[in-house]
Amino acid sequence: MTLTNSLRTQPDERGRFGAYGGRFVAETLMPLILELNEAYEAAKADPAFHEELNGYLRDFVGRPSPLYYAERLTKHLGGAKIYLKREDLNHTGAHKINNCMGQILLAMRMGKKRIIAETGAGQHGVATATVCARFGLPCVVYMGEVDIARQAPNVFRMKLMGAEVRPVVSGSRTLKDALNEAMRDWVANVEDTFYIIGTVAGPHPYPQLVRDFQAVIGEEAKRQCIEKEGRLPDSVIACIGGGSNAMGIFHPFLDDDGVRIIGVEAAGHGIETGQHAASLTAGVPGVLHGNRTYLLQDRDGQITEAHSISAGLDYPGIGPEHAWLKDIGRAEYVSATDKEALDAFQLLSRIEGIIPALEPSHAIAHAVKLAPTLPKDHVMVLCLSGRGDKDVFTVAEALGEKL
Amino acid sequence: MSRITERFARLKAEGRAGLVTFITAGDPDFDRSLQILKGLPAAGADVIEVGMPFTDPMADGPAIQAAGLRALNKGMTLPRTLELVRTFRDDDQETPIVLMGYFNPIHAYGVERFLRDAKAHGVDGLIVVDLPPEEDDYLCLPAREVGIDFVRLATPTTDDKRLPAVLGNSSGFVYYVSIAGITGTRAPDFTAVEGALKRIRAASDLPVAVGFGIREPEQAAAVARFADAAVVGSALVDLVAQAEAGQGNAVALVLDRVKALATGVRGARA
Repeated sequence: MTLTNSLRTQPDERGRFGAYGGRFVAETLMPLILELNEAYEAAKADPAFHEELNGYLRDFVGRPSPLYYAERLTKHLGGAKIYLKREDLNHTGAHKINNCMGQILLAMRMGKKRIIAETGAGQHGVATATVCARFGLPCVVYMGEVDIARQAPNVFRMKLMGAEVRPVVSGSRTLKDALNEAMRDWVANVEDTFYIIGTVAGPHPYPQLVRDFQAVIGEEAKRQCIEKEGRLPDSVIACIGGGSNAMGIFHPFLDDDGVRIIGVEAAGHGIETGQHAASLTAGVPGVLHGNRTYLLQDRDGQITEAHSISAGLDYPGIGPEHAWLKDIGRAEYVSATDKEALDAFQLLSRIEGIIPALEPSHAIAHAVKLAPTLPKDHVMVLCLSGRGDKDVFTVAEALGEKL
Repeated sequence: MSRITERFARLKAEGRAGLVTFITAGDPDFDRSLQILKGLPAAGADVIEVGMPFTDPMADGPAIQAAGLRALNKGMTLPRTLELVRTFRDDDQETPIVLMGYFNPIHAYGVERFLRDAKAHGVDGLIVVDLPPEEDDYLCLPAREVGIDFVRLATPTTDDKRLPAVLGNSSGFVYYVSIAGITGTRAPDFTAVEGALKRIRAASDLPVAVGFGIREPEQAAAVARFADAAVVGSALVDLVAQAEAGQGNAVALVLDRVKALATGVRGARA
């Protein structure tokens, strides 16, 4: 049964969110994707699967994550009352583990013996390596050579947990190329391999299943906000690269008309410079990595390189559900520059004693602009998707500090 | 009857398999890829696949990835690829040309405009790797409407349940991918390939070409004994790379190899 007045019933059976999404993959992968879809639908309908997943989310990941009232930040900005959804307090330090736990349980249900993943900042790679170590499955993580250089601590973490990190030297040697390489591995190892995609992109059913595994963020935030404030928030804000933490916190609120939903993209050196990662703000629809969505591309349809100080937002595409939410106007998409994110990174560290990752620093940067314009009874929930330990070297360098 | 259908009918009448060769448009540059293209029919290519360069070729191995980037770095674009085909057609009205690549450049060009221009410039077929039958409404159905063949890939993972969907809107020929993997990386097991072809032939009357991993004349000949055509791509593209690294002339290297492959294919059933 479909509720025609709900925004939470997407995608359709072909994996489309309006004109976005779909299954744009080579024929070799099609039977696998159909098999995955079947297995996922079966797992979703199986209470035992949810019970198992919830058990690990509680005892291994450390859920629920707190919804924390950022009192000093609120006073400093002098407007909206700001709550932080503390995904940075999860095991491995970011929201990525929610999805990895769901996918590895699914992989084991399907009898797969080997796990592959792509990573940009390394957070998804670390989360994948973590669940692989926990369940004893071999793990290969593809990572662009450029990203390996700027995220050395995460590379070492993955290795400590027994994962093999394969440097990707093709193309621009960043996240998009790591995704290409993981797809190539998958095509060549179809029998035994499960591909744990880290964001709400890729061929159907990935955008849907990653969103569903991340929706725990929004479900908890909704419950916690009602506990603390006796009502729903007035706005929900999250950063977006591929868009998984944002989709996770947005989705449970889509049908709550009074809740303003805001996604913050990385504007890099500024949208006007062309050096950014703002696919929704400055991209056009196209087809890449298995789905139709907004992409950074030139007039000939060649994919252009994204830029952001945050490796986790440095991706030329965006999850197809965000593309659809933008077109129908249910969510607003804005952007913050490297500089604004760096300022927000320092502000939250100093004023709340929380060092945020550079990715959610973009969301904080937007809250810094927006909160002072809103009344004091406006309740804002911001997804603090990860902690900033991995970024201290990058930030020190940007600030001209020698460590 | 399309040029592709005509060509396979002629091959059948001659009692031999065909040789399908792949080159990337604009590799190593526009002029030399045109010279290669023009030389291919005389060297023994029966059908020509022209790769449309793309920054993110997910189903291709290192050789074809590198070829695409070489072409893009020399300013190759989809309009220039169509121009390449048009120039080829000035002298050759018979050899079928199949454009092969990924959907995004076509999407950016505009599907309707692309099909109109491709038809006018003499393109006979399309192989678009990331458009499975599930997405037929984007390009496959409009292409067939203007009389351009949509050639589909069948793979070792295409089981009997799925085969009808894959063959459904295909025309021209079926491209059987002989390995589960990316282009140019490992050699096929010909016994398994022969078995797969029997399944395809039981389900379709279309000619079947076999490719991915065929490099040497002996391999091409082995395929030609039971398939309607053998496809060679990465091995040719590697010769362009070799020439670019300063070891020889790209045009001569490619055409010489095609001659040797054609000799293998033509002698296979003798």
